Amino acid sequence: MLTMNKRMENQSSAAKQFGDFGGRFVPETLMNALDELEQGFREAMRDEEFQNELHQLLTEYSGRPTPLTFAANLTKQVGGAKIYLKREDLNHTGAHKINNTLGQGLLAKRMGKEKLIAETGAGQHGVASATVAALLGMECTVFMGEEDVRRQKLNVFRMELLGAKVIPVTSGTRTLKDATNEAIRHWVTHVEDTFYLIGSVVGPHPYPAIVRDFQRVIGDETRRQVQEREGRLPDDVVACIGGGSNSIGMFTAFLQDKDVNLHGVEAAGEGLETHRHAATLTKGSKGVIHGSYTYLLQDEHGQIAPAHSISAGLDYPGIGPEHAHLFDTHQVRYTTATDAEALKAVEALTQSEGILPALESAHAVAEAMKLAEGQREDRIVVICLSGRGDKDVETIRERLGGDAE
Amino acid sequence: MNRIADAFKRPGRKVIPYVTAGDPNPEASLEIIRMLDQEGACAIELGVPYSDPLADGPVIQAASSRALNQGMTLTGVLQLANEARQQGVKAPLILFSYVNPLLRFGLDELVKKAKTSGIDGMIIPDLPYEESGELRHLAEESGLCLIPLVAPTSKERVQRIASEAQGFIYCVSSLGTTGARSSFSAEVEEFLDMVKQVSKVPTAVGFGISQREHVDRFLNHTDAAVVGSALVQRIGERATSLQDVHTRERSLEEIRAFFCELVKGVGTTEANVT
Repeated sequence: MLTMNKRMENQSSAAKQFGDFGGRFVPETLMNALDELEQGFREAMRDEEFQNELHQLLTEYSGRPTPLTFAANLTKQVGGAKIYLKREDLNHTGAHKINNTLGQGLLAKRMGKEKLIAETGAGQHGVASATVAALLGMECTVFMGEEDVRRQKLNVFRMELLGAKVIPVTSGTRTLKDATNEAIRHWVTHVEDTFYLIGSVVGPHPYPAIVRDFQRVIGDETRRQVQEREGRLPDDVVACIGGGSNSIGMFTAFLQDKDVNLHGVEAAGEGLETHRHAATLTKGSKGVIHGSYTYLLQDEHGQIAPAHSISAGLDYPGIGPEHAHLFDTHQVRYTTATDAEALKAVEALTQSEGILPALESAHAVAEAMKLAEGQREDRIVVICLSGRGDKDVETIRERLGGDAE
Repeated sequence: MNRIADAFKRPGRKVIPYVTAGDPNPEASLEIIRMLDQEGACAIELGVPYSDPLADGPVIQAASSRALNQGMTLTGVLQLANEARQQGVKAPLILFSYVNPLLRFGLDELVKKAKTSGIDGMIIPDLPYEESGELRHLAEESGLCLIPLVAPTSKERVQRIASEAQGFIYCVSSLGTTGARSSFSAEVEEFLDMVKQVSKVPTAVGFGISQREHVDRFLNHTDAAVVGSALVQRIGERATSLQDVHTRERSLEEIRAFFCELVKGVGTTEANVT
């Protein structure tokens, strides 16, 4: 098994929190803002009032705790271990992203910032940011690659309806990577009154730790729910990885449980043998992207290589530095699923359970079905169903050839 | 021999031009570097083109793309520096690069190759003080300067950064990415004076300096002015003619006229970049 030597990260104040990974590789202009952010975050997390307010929003606004659903039909169809779904798709706005935006939104308010900026790929983080901005009465600007604007028209409209300004980014590959560059450029220019609400466990320290701490509610709830339901911990926990926030949120609660196998699923796109994938750990190498030292897809000269995935949320050539550390220390097993496998998983889950997963989450479903098949029936596999697939219906229809018109 | 220290000791207006190496192609780039040296550049920054230049505005992003499309790499930039030296370029040459291409190249290898290629210093906009220990140490060993940046938001960090500075300190004039600014806040001078006061090496100001008047204004408060985007924009506007040996000379003269105006502090050339 790959789960030896699990240990919790120590909460050191050094910027490189995750072994050799992490750090702050950003322009000098941002360094003091990152210090202030770290201090503001530490104070907030110790503040009972902040915690109560966040807990209340997670409960009464987003609808937490999200259920743990036993996927009886899928289990039967696959034939093997019991498959459970952690239903992050049932959060307000339809994905786990809201856990983090509520946390960072409240933090921004506590730190006296009135303006939020965010990057988005699939649009889920953009929608979750725009939602929190509407709720807290803040101004919100979302940077989104032009290619993703095209792929996710509905989410763009949702963000605008929520009062956010969406800025299409036309540089580079016009996807999440470039949206993040543009958000950082904007932040460098407006750092004094603007809070950068990063959507994943990426970016300069302390962002990877902040996003993890706001997302760990996923795993904390799951651990409790599986124990209540089954009287024990799961054997396998599976989550998809782009930047890696839903997976870190899920895995953190289980890192000390040596009998729980953790599986992170990267996007293999059109295949690992092609250059059209987003399998950062599986195929990438070490370097710096968006302010942290981690693994990334790059060419021999250190130029960042374009990623590809059918799912806009996984279409990212970097990965959170904590994942890089968990990969190097073998605390998590990292694997991949292709576009085609993800689409098959969408069909399987939708038709067996009546639950339409986001294309991102479908990568985890694909791997979980492989893991469960042929296993003893008392084994337990938990999938982090990070989001719902409504936003992807158009893409899925294009690929599966439904004739809706 | 320390070309940077010597360059700052010389009298006269000190302007440090930035060009993206290999823009619009390697031959034209070399001609531009030679011209800048002839016209009295205090030092020349050679930008290593990068796919994701997050401290740069649109002008230098575009230059980066042009150079990358020409197949320019870090190795290519070092070769260009080497050729410039062989053709007699005397000004200090400063490698301006994002950190990832350097890490990919290998820091040990980098400082060795940079030194033998005639590079004198390095500016790395995404390598702040806290992350720069290893490279600063390696640079020091091989006699290269790791030139730090300080920004108006650096505040109490300035002291610490200045204490380890090599070559000169690059003062970022104002918040934001590289690119011409139409105006500067009244606080820039105060910031420059403060850095000057704590620094044991010379200082320079950059980001947004695009006109002779900017240079005039800031040289009373710092030792040198860095001009990047305004120059790169003029190169970009002439990208096609610079690549053609028959039309190159004329474009080069136009760029020369602009640079001379900055260095000499007089001139009547074209309108300001906005």
